[in-house]
Amino acid sequence: MSEYKHPLKDTEFVLNEVVGLDDLCHESGFEEINAELASAILTEAGKFGSAVLSPLNVVGDTQGVKLTEKGVEETSGFKQAYRQFAEGGWNSLIADEAFGGQGLPNVLGTAVNEIWQSANLSFGLCPLLTQGAVEAISHHGSDELKQTWLPKMISGEWTGTMNLTEPDAGTDLAAIKTRAVPEEDHYRIIGQKIFITWGDHQMTGNIIHLVLARLPDAPAGVKGISLFVVPKFLLDENGHPGKRNDVHCVSVEHKLGIHGSPTCVMSYGDNEGAIGYLVGEPHKGLSCMFTMMNCARQAVGLQGVAIAERSYQQALAYAKERLQGTNRDGSRFSIIKFPDVRRMLMQMKSSIEAMRCVALVGAASVDRAGRAQDEATRRKALARLELLTPIVKGWCTELAQEVTYLGTQINGGMGFIEETGSAQHYRDARILTIYEGTTGIQALDLVGRKTLLNRGESLAELMTEIEQTVMALEDQATLAAQGRALRKALDAGQAARRWLLDNASSDPSAAGSVSVQFMMLFGYLCGGWLMGHSALRAQTLLGAGKGDPEYLKAKLVTAQFFSEQLLPRTQASLEAIQAGSGSIMALNEDQF
Amino acid sequence: MKVLVAVKRVIDYNVKVRVKSDHTDVDLANVKMALNPFCEIAVEEAVRLKEAGTASEVVVVSIGPKACQEQIRTALALGADRGIQIETDTMPESLNVAKLLAKVVEAEQPQLVILGKQSIDADNNQTGQMLGALLDLPQGTFASDVKVAGDKVNVTREVDGGLQTLALNLPAIVTTDLRLNEPRYASLPNIMKAKKKPLEVKTPTDLGVELKSHTRLLNVTPPAERQAGIRVSSVDELVDKLKNEAKVLRGG
Repeated sequence: MSEYKHPLKDTEFVLNEVVGLDDLCHESGFEEINAELASAILTEAGKFGSAVLSPLNVVGDTQGVKLTEKGVEETSGFKQAYRQFAEGGWNSLIADEAFGGQGLPNVLGTAVNEIWQSANLSFGLCPLLTQGAVEAISHHGSDELKQTWLPKMISGEWTGTMNLTEPDAGTDLAAIKTRAVPEEDHYRIIGQKIFITWGDHQMTGNIIHLVLARLPDAPAGVKGISLFVVPKFLLDENGHPGKRNDVHCVSVEHKLGIHGSPTCVMSYGDNEGAIGYLVGEPHKGLSCMFTMMNCARQAVGLQGVAIAERSYQQALAYAKERLQGTNRDGSRFSIIKFPDVRRMLMQMKSSIEAMRCVALVGAASVDRAGRAQDEATRRKALARLELLTPIVKGWCTELAQEVTYLGTQINGGMGFIEETGSAQHYRDARILTIYEGTTGIQALDLVGRKTLLNRGESLAELMTEIEQTVMALEDQATLAAQGRALRKALDAGQAARRWLLDNASSDPSAAGSVSVQFMMLFGYLCGGWLMGHSALRAQTLLGAGKGDPEYLKAKLVTAQFFSEQLLPRTQASLEAIQAGSGSIMALNEDQF
Repeated sequence: MKVLVAVKRVIDYNVKVRVKSDHTDVDLANVKMALNPFCEIAVEEAVRLKEAGTASEVVVVSIGPKACQEQIRTALALGADRGIQIETDTMPESLNVAKLLAKVVEAEQPQLVILGKQSIDADNNQTGQMLGALLDLPQGTFASDVKVAGDKVNVTREVDGGLQTLALNLPAIVTTDLRLNEPRYASLPNIMKAKKKPLEVKTPTDLGVELKSHTRLLNVTPPAERQAGIRVSSVDELVDKLKNEAKVLRGG
């Protein structure tokens, strides 16, 4: 079984040197938050993740969950761990202070979240979903709904779920059929939802489902969907869970990975109809969902970073201890001495560090957009947040596939054997490019809403900023080669943007055909940009005699590796983009 | 009842300790530091006494450079009420620590002083005993159970032959063994509260203590690396090697 240890030094470097935590907190009105407090929080969370959540990771995988007469029974040990997690107040990190939250910056919440997701991805999904539900109610619920539900969801006494998908309505939510019938001060919800993560369990006294459904007078399509709160237990007059509501888990899925996370088929209204309460205005459910989609998508992108880190730690430990070479004197050496193993480890390490930069810079844009002091700053930050979100989600989760693949590869035959733990990370990672909007959906979002809709303005602004880093790198003799590599990637980004703007209207298949290449190009470009920035900071700190020289020197090499081995992928993407939709769309369906 | 807890900043127990290349000391540059595990147990015990209503205030004291405030904050996050840092450039040796702590005890007048039985860096196991001697207070070392009863504290000690329980008159000194308790994880709200709790900084001069060196560190060497084992073909060969090579068996 592999151990997990939080890479505190790298997280702190990214927070302090790349994101600029102290400045961000100052600009965004988090006056009492600084690097020192962040360090104390990350240290304690790291201890909890390693000691409590990580040992349960393999248990969740091998034991899974069970549907019994009383509902879903989670993996043994999860209930106790969840209680400790809630008692530790970890659920309340970024939540509103008015409802018992700690009101900390999203970027810090994201950095802490990486620990939970690395330690135990299946477990980590439960608070992740609760956070999404808390945000939905916070942004769109009436004061009464907030008072009723938020405090106990934020304290962790109750968990939350998101119910969107139905058998015929996945990516296309317009096809939702679940009905909501008005009755007195509430609604009766009737229908079936599938793929509901942590839809049922025995860890807490209540579960608060957020459910998309249609009112009787709803217009067809996405403009006729409303959002409801549907608790597992209705509250009595004292606000305590009482009567069982008519919502039940009727089946749990058997999955490729994340076995410890119950994926439920939820049935609403098998009997009298489940009682639900409207969140926000009628028919505006989908836009309610959209406001928190940025956070939810970024959170899944972060899961990509987290599972990649976990896989790397396992593979690194194996590479150091596996003796598979013989010196001339007959003594053996470990496989980490082999260049190709080094290549794989470096690829994992530099991918992860770049992903962590992109994910945390994305998370910081949520703080900047949410707490900007003036409208111009807010608008700019929001544009950046919206642009980065599909990149964080799409690129980080795609790269996580490659990193966990390499993790298994380094283990050789043992990697294919479950006991080493590498296989679990590989399997667990697989869901990440699928849920919360597939890679294809992220890529469409990037080329469509985030690029074509604003005539490429958001991308142009981003690339102006990247240009600054290119010039700073070129100014430094030792980093000039990295500067040239980044410039080449930046040129590819400019050319890809131009190509898209020039071709999208004349060829209706163009945007959809090139979108994933487009997204991956900008993912690598952002990774290269922030690794370049990291190298500049590392060099400055080394020059000033500050920080840990071993760590900083390694950062310079990792950044160099990224620019030499990963940034060139932008060129291949550009060529593929410029080939357009031709061969992608040329066959007729019968020719397949 | 006021409880005073002394805590020390030490190299984190997860870190692989390295010796400086010139063998003058252990290399602490850019190494993760943490609260000494025995001290953490001491803090936990004091906080439990407070939660049980036995203690009214828990004061944490640490000696060292400014960085040791991190460990004081950690103790505050675990539930201590306020902190005192005694600022020194380096970590003084046990007798100096005991003298500094004695002055703090005189000023604070706690009924109970809890310390770790030793720190995991130097492993001296001296400070608590020296403090007891300097203050002429009863001491219960290597505690695996602590119960305050009226004006006495019953301390169960882990001794070579088993367990020994002493009734000490308060005020008293207790040093903790590993089995006394299992320290909690600091909760997020308590980490947030800890940064607002009072932390007073003093110097040895403020306390009227002159730091003196009684020992000199000559050199530090890492333990010899373990040699690879060998396979023996028979019991006779094993016995022979134990006798003649390892010299752990006598001939007969």
